[in-house]
Amino acid sequence: MSEIELRLTGGIGEGVSTRKLTGIAVAALVVSLPFLATEYWINAIIVPFLILSLAGVGLNLLTGYAGQLSLGAGAFMMVGAYATFAFQLRLPELPLPFALIASGIVAGAVGFAFGFPSTRIKGFYLIVSTLAAQFFFEWLFLKFPWFYNGDPSATISLPAGLWAFGIDLNSPHGRYYLTLASVALLTWLSYNLVRSQTGRNWMAIRDMDTAAAVIGVPILRAKLQAFAVSSFILGIAGALWAFGYLGSASVQSFGLTRSYQILFIIIIGGMGTIRGAYLGAAFVSLLPLALDWLFQQLLGGHADAGLLQNIQKVIFGILILWFLIKEPEGLARLLRRQSGNFNTRRFPRLKIRRQT
Amino acid sequence: MNMFLETLIGGLLAGTMYSLVAIGFVLIYKASGVFNYAQGSMLLFAALTFVSLTDQGVPVLVALVITIVVLALMAVGIERLILRPLVNRGPMTLFMATLGLAYIVEGTAQGLMGSQVKALDLGIEDLPIFLGDIMISQFDLTAAAVALILVVALSLLFNKTRLGVALRGVADDTSAALSIGIDINRIWQIVWTIAGLVGLVAGLLWGARQGVQFSLSLVVLKALPVLIIGGFTSITGAIIGGLVVGAAESLGETYIGPFLGGGITPWFAYALALAFLFIRPAGLFGEQKIERV
Repeated sequence: MSEIELRLTGGIGEGVSTRKLTGIAVAALVVSLPFLATEYWINAIIVPFLILSLAGVGLNLLTGYAGQLSLGAGAFMMVGAYATFAFQLRLPELPLPFALIASGIVAGAVGFAFGFPSTRIKGFYLIVSTLAAQFFFEWLFLKFPWFYNGDPSATISLPAGLWAFGIDLNSPHGRYYLTLASVALLTWLSYNLVRSQTGRNWMAIRDMDTAAAVIGVPILRAKLQAFAVSSFILGIAGALWAFGYLGSASVQSFGLTRSYQILFIIIIGGMGTIRGAYLGAAFVSLLPLALDWLFQQLLGGHADAGLLQNIQKVIFGILILWFLIKEPEGLARLLRRQSGNFNTRRFPRLKIRRQT
Repeated sequence: MNMFLETLIGGLLAGTMYSLVAIGFVLIYKASGVFNYAQGSMLLFAALTFVSLTDQGVPVLVALVITIVVLALMAVGIERLILRPLVNRGPMTLFMATLGLAYIVEGTAQGLMGSQVKALDLGIEDLPIFLGDIMISQFDLTAAAVALILVVALSLLFNKTRLGVALRGVADDTSAALSIGIDINRIWQIVWTIAGLVGLVAGLLWGARQGVQFSLSLVVLKALPVLIIGGFTSITGAIIGGLVVGAAESLGETYIGPFLGGGITPWFAYALALAFLFIRPAGLFGEQKIERV
């Protein structure tokens, strides 16, 4: 699975202009998107896609980079959402962006706590810890009315809606820009983090933790860092999911299914790549739509909804297997190969494959 | 005291059901190194196939034979299409592959046979038996007996037959087994079939309890703490782990639950498993791993 790449880079300035141009074009498109797409697309597809991408990035730091398998992504998202609710309800003076950051920190602390067993146990045994988080928080947030402020249907929604520094963010455009800003900022942070010493430590642990310990990587610290940072991002993603997308959320919005969905995003997109989370999220959010459309065309709306759901499930399973067998590095790798990266083609990569 | 004993015995008997699910895991983990998340959905699939057949008026024995044949075919398919292409890949990859498999099996089972709850009557009456002052469920007792028979049969298979020796050989050292000419692909097919059969037995017992429905596949989540406590590689461990989890859950709910507001069963077993892991990272009967760089 792991490989080391040595890439020969071209001269200074080479290829930068085209890349810069593409970057500017993409940025312009992303910022002006609300004026190009219909409200339905923004509300029902683009915003959830962005949030799922962010959650994918968060889980990818832990599972794809640091190699710690987690089945509890939903739990950390849940903590973030409920923490934001608590901050907004009980500390209304705190502006929304700060409430989001504070909730991220709360989720990060929770992740840190549930990551503690990882210092002693590894691999599969670790999914117990993350599953414990999943079940524990589902129980906690449902059991004690304090967390949902005694709402009769046990759901949470922001008391004052989405406001940041006096700007109304409740419109589709507002939600889009709030999501976009958070997602872009956190992605940029993660991108820099994985290229720093911290990220290299994580990857060393993922590839072989005993070897990493031998060369002096602080295993304990790096693992806990991964848990905390990943949960921080997942927590903010959860808060956005609850209030930016759904509007009102409950424990069921962050159940085990959500945890699996996030895991599938990074499997399909590509473990250990930031852009993989985006590709995977796009795939996961667009596939059901595409299948729906296809069945509409084929069956003309006579199909049974339950049956469709099951067919969708089977197709999902097949795709996951197909990716694991044929393209273990996911869509990110597939795309890179198809596009035939300019540098790569001229200077073929030297590949050293470790036998496992 | 009586209440304590009653809770304990009820928990232990419920624990044998967990053990049954866990045994299927251990078999597959030993033989192919796969943590088979799909065990729960295989259990659902097996029970659902059986119930659908008997609902159609197929005699019980015929339905049983057909179900077993279907399970064997499924095992062959899994080995051909999933295990073989993924050979020599890391345990994480294999685990995630079984997640995908679980989706396929669940979707197929429910798509073909419907997702409504199906009642299953095994002809076991659920009348309480009184042992002195202590009440014991007759159904649980029967289930425990079935589990016992199954374990004896499995241990006979593993210890007294040629096939069993080959199975243990593969579990011990795959490359050594290959080098003396054991057909590992066939072994995998057989082990997955046996795991399917164990799943069928467990599925029928659980199904008779709560109806055959989707939630049956979630017992996989119950089996995980059992495996952690017992270790992934030991059938004895799976049994003892199941008993420990069953007893702890029912005692915990009765004696600790009230202080926390009740309903703690979903996570209590996990907390217990975590506590165990801190003391023995490889479970009670698991093998300690030595790592080399």
